[in-house]
Amino acid sequence: MKIPLSWLREFAELPSNCTPELIESAFVKVGFEVEDIEIQGADLTGPLVVARVESIEELADLKKPIRYVGLDCGEGSVRYVICGATNFAVGDLIVAALPGAVLPGNFAISARETYGKTSNGMICSARELGISDEHQGIIVLPVGASPIGSDAIALLEINEMIIDVAVNPDRGYALSARGLAREIAISLNVPFKDPAAKDYLNAHKATGSNPIQVKIDDSTGADFIHIRTVDSVNVAAPTPLWMSRRIEKCGMRSISLAVDITNYVMLELGQPLHAFDADKISEALHVQRAGTKKDFITLDGVKRTLTPDSLMIADDKKLLALAGTMGGLESEVTGSTQRIALEAAHFDPISVAKNSRAHKLSSEASRRLERNVDPAVASVASARATALLIELAGATYIGESSDGLVPARRTIDFEPQAISRLIGYEYSSEQISGALTAIGGEVATTSASRWTLSVPTWRPDLEVISDLAEEVARVNGFDLIPSRLPVGRAGATLTPMQQRKRGIGQMLANLGFSEVYNYPFVSPEMVKTLGFVGPRAASFRIANPMSDEAPLLRTHLLPGLLQALQRNLSRGAKDVAIFEIGTVFRDVSALAKVGVIPTATRPDDALIKKIYASVPAQPLFVVGVVSGSLDRKGWWGKGRNYDWSDAVSIAERIVLETGNRATIVQSDLAPWHPGRCAEIQIDGKAVAHAGELHPRVLEELNLPPRSVAFGVILSELPFAPTTTSNPVLTMPAAIQDISLFVDSSVPSAVVEAALRAGAGDLLESISLFDRYEQAGDARVSLAFTMTFRAPDRTLTADEVSEFRLAAAAKAVEACGAIIRD
Amino acid sequence: MSLSSKDIDGVTAAALEAIAGAADLDSLKEVRIAHVGDKSPIARANQSLASLDPSARAEFGKVIGKAKGSITSAFESRQRVLEEERDARVLVEERVDVSIAAKRTPSGGLHPLTILTNEICDLFTGLGYRVAEGPELEAEWLNFDSLNIPADHPARTMQDTFFIEPLDSHLVLRTHTSPVQMRTMLEEKPPIYVICPGRTYRADELDATHTPVFSQVEGLVVDRGITMADLKGTLDHFARSIFGADVKTRLRPSFFPFTEPSAEVDFFFNGRWVEWGGCGMVNPKVLRAAGIDPEEFSGFAFGMGLERTLMVKHGITDMHDIVEGDIRFTQNFGSGLR
Repeated sequence: MKIPLSWLREFAELPSNCTPELIESAFVKVGFEVEDIEIQGADLTGPLVVARVESIEELADLKKPIRYVGLDCGEGSVRYVICGATNFAVGDLIVAALPGAVLPGNFAISARETYGKTSNGMICSARELGISDEHQGIIVLPVGASPIGSDAIALLEINEMIIDVAVNPDRGYALSARGLAREIAISLNVPFKDPAAKDYLNAHKATGSNPIQVKIDDSTGADFIHIRTVDSVNVAAPTPLWMSRRIEKCGMRSISLAVDITNYVMLELGQPLHAFDADKISEALHVQRAGTKKDFITLDGVKRTLTPDSLMIADDKKLLALAGTMGGLESEVTGSTQRIALEAAHFDPISVAKNSRAHKLSSEASRRLERNVDPAVASVASARATALLIELAGATYIGESSDGLVPARRTIDFEPQAISRLIGYEYSSEQISGALTAIGGEVATTSASRWTLSVPTWRPDLEVISDLAEEVARVNGFDLIPSRLPVGRAGATLTPMQQRKRGIGQMLANLGFSEVYNYPFVSPEMVKTLGFVGPRAASFRIANPMSDEAPLLRTHLLPGLLQALQRNLSRGAKDVAIFEIGTVFRDVSALAKVGVIPTATRPDDALIKKIYASVPAQPLFVVGVVSGSLDRKGWWGKGRNYDWSDAVSIAERIVLETGNRATIVQSDLAPWHPGRCAEIQIDGKAVAHAGELHPRVLEELNLPPRSVAFGVILSELPFAPTTTSNPVLTMPAAIQDISLFVDSSVPSAVVEAALRAGAGDLLESISLFDRYEQAGDARVSLAFTMTFRAPDRTLTADEVSEFRLAAAAKAVEACGAIIRD
Repeated sequence: MSLSSKDIDGVTAAALEAIAGAADLDSLKEVRIAHVGDKSPIARANQSLASLDPSARAEFGKVIGKAKGSITSAFESRQRVLEEERDARVLVEERVDVSIAAKRTPSGGLHPLTILTNEICDLFTGLGYRVAEGPELEAEWLNFDSLNIPADHPARTMQDTFFIEPLDSHLVLRTHTSPVQMRTMLEEKPPIYVICPGRTYRADELDATHTPVFSQVEGLVVDRGITMADLKGTLDHFARSIFGADVKTRLRPSFFPFTEPSAEVDFFFNGRWVEWGGCGMVNPKVLRAAGIDPEEFSGFAFGMGLERTLMVKHGITDMHDIVEGDIRFTQNFGSGLR
């Protein structure tokens, strides 16, 4: 919240020279972040004077209304200025900047010719003075605000430091001058004077009869509510400048005296107040739930649809306010209001939060009540506001009514040494009791190890020893805490899966791939374009996506990678090889349903198992997409683009890298090219796909033809057993080549497997070195080279020739091969 | 054939002259055939030894052997000279402009988030921490309730958290890696020392400093006698390892539902304090929800955004660079080797 320094100073004895640095570090020390410090008036110099409007001449025939105004600035003669605003009349007091003045934005005022007249100064709006955003016309001062010609900078209290403090959600009490003054007093170790300790109604006794009565019908909605009724309110009386200026400095607007008083008291004490037009109330006020009543119009004129548990203020007949959040239009204080019923309550924070959230109404009141307001301050705030209505609006005090009980002060028994043990710093008894007293608590000592804290009413967050430890640590300063490095358990290492992830990433980076991290949000159109079906179309859907176009969670890494590929190409890249390692989400198995789960204790093992089973398995993938060169074009030659075979070989390599054996089979999985897609299997189970992407997909995504992709399910690759070493044979090798024809539908891997099976145990390696396919021929010519080696002798020509024949025979038998000798 | 010593001298002189006169390796090859090879006069003289009587054979053998030795050695040394000459000339002719050697293969790289995550995991495994990971699509109870973030907490609104349909599946995209901490505490008994890196999600619009999908690393220690001083020491060590030995840290009091006391940790880098992350002593309520007795054990936890850490460490000024997958960004970091 924004708070002017002068308000803090009222309750905390701050040093006379408070620099912004001092204020900021003081707040930060006790746990309040300072978002901004504004030095209001720093960029404003006078003369800025109070002046009275003596004459107004409306200049005719201009596109907008322009006035030529005569001003009495207390100079003995009338000064004339040009003004574009129209919200003032002869006799009004206004603020005039005279030549020589400089307004914020380095706007120097001088006498100048305009609209055919000489303008000898300027009539100012609040925004022009940099004191609020208000720019609906110029400032019209209350009657008798100050003598004519007097200094308006002082009158408007413009020179001020305004501190914007971020208040954490556990510290609702600090959304007030009272709370923040207490905190800065603690931090700077200066005396604090509690404004809630005053008896504001001391001088004003209730004099009327039949004050509005109040009743809490639903005790879960409020602990305590206080209503004070006043009569003969002069609602037209102006808000005094000291009040409106403070409200503005806190970032709110001055509206009308009655509303300003409730806001001022809220800013000062933290207690939200609501003023009802008492004559609109039928009989008594009630705290209740909306029940069957569905509709309600708030004072901003919006019709709200209620839920049965909406917490409301009602009278005997109708709803009057969305409790703690916003009042109703019907009972709002208007220009004709005579009697006011002033409500101050300690509502249930959760009910207020629900009201505020359900209607997207984060009001100043709800922000405070949601974070918990000091329950003991409600009646004080009510008294303070009542006294202000009496003093400023001439009201008479009729009487009061209340229901519920202000919760009694709680106590916490604790062992002071436990605080030192948790923080790791040996606090003295004085440091502990001093801190707990400074925050408003009272400490009683039963024995050296047994203390009792009487908890301040505004600190519902203090419950157990660690809460007290935080208070002791922050009040004494976190900089007291020493630094000590604990060491964990011996033998900590990465898991095999973590090592795998790292190794594969490193390998791909070394192969020329750039790693990317994509958002997992996917559009249904992309799913359709990629032709995903089955598990890859079983997407989880986000209820509140960033973009309605992409509400699905990825079932594969391809969508994000293809978009990243598009982006790189659109930025002029030619050769793009990218990969991502990440989890995917597939809604493919029934998930356990869990109901309400306790948090006070550990759920039992069966329930924990069920919680775990409510979460889907999320497999880990590595996927790469490539467009462009493997070997660049250059002075050395034409280079070579990545093609389907590179994608397959990288996928295979990833599988081999994990110590697994890969079998490559023909596949036609979308979005790959149906004739250029390999499936890689381990023991018959698919673990990867790779190849060229489908031309239609590439065209739809505006990607270059022949772009390729591979995807491997890292979490599906088994952990290979420990490698058993084979002896390294040193006898000479014998090479045999074999050429054959097979039907072009027979994969070369099948032919190779047949040759391998037929060649016998002494086959060391086999590789395809030539493949030739003539158009129109149903056959393909394959040529393999086989290397044989015996462990103990040099193989003879006859021996290897027999092995070759055996291999050939197997290929003939298994694949219908025709040997080409 | 009969030979005299004088003849041998003549043959030798002619051979030596021819060898010396050979101007290049091709001429020397011809000289070899004429004066050194099997059909050269000296070879033929050698062959004719067989027809001499044994006494003359011994005498002439010596003479011929000596002559042959001197011819061979002259030949070899001439050949060496000519070869050296040729090498010097040819290799000079084969000179290339090495400055045109270009990278023919496009270069790759690891995303700096991976490099940083690896660095942090190594740092903490060195301190005896296990690296714990968990699902990104997570049970609401593990992400919120068990961490003392009740149903009505502001963080649990649709403005902040991605919920999965149907809402009664109670699945969310985890908003922090803290559910991994909770899983660890549910699965293991203290002492617990874990570091939890991973991707996390919050419904923020992408801009220069925010992204709805980001990365966190959290640390959790639960053991006997763990204090806030241990937390401070661990963060000091962490900051120095990442940002350099002279970096300073400070703790500021703050609020998080799952820690008490709670703090923000800042570090002083390049002349200014930078907000780094949140931390604190594990809230006893959280320990209890995990079945750990807060009377016996205490713990600390900390968590920071990796994107922010990266931005500060490497001077990255726009979040878009981190999330857009432009290869120029990744390539700049290489594979992170130093």
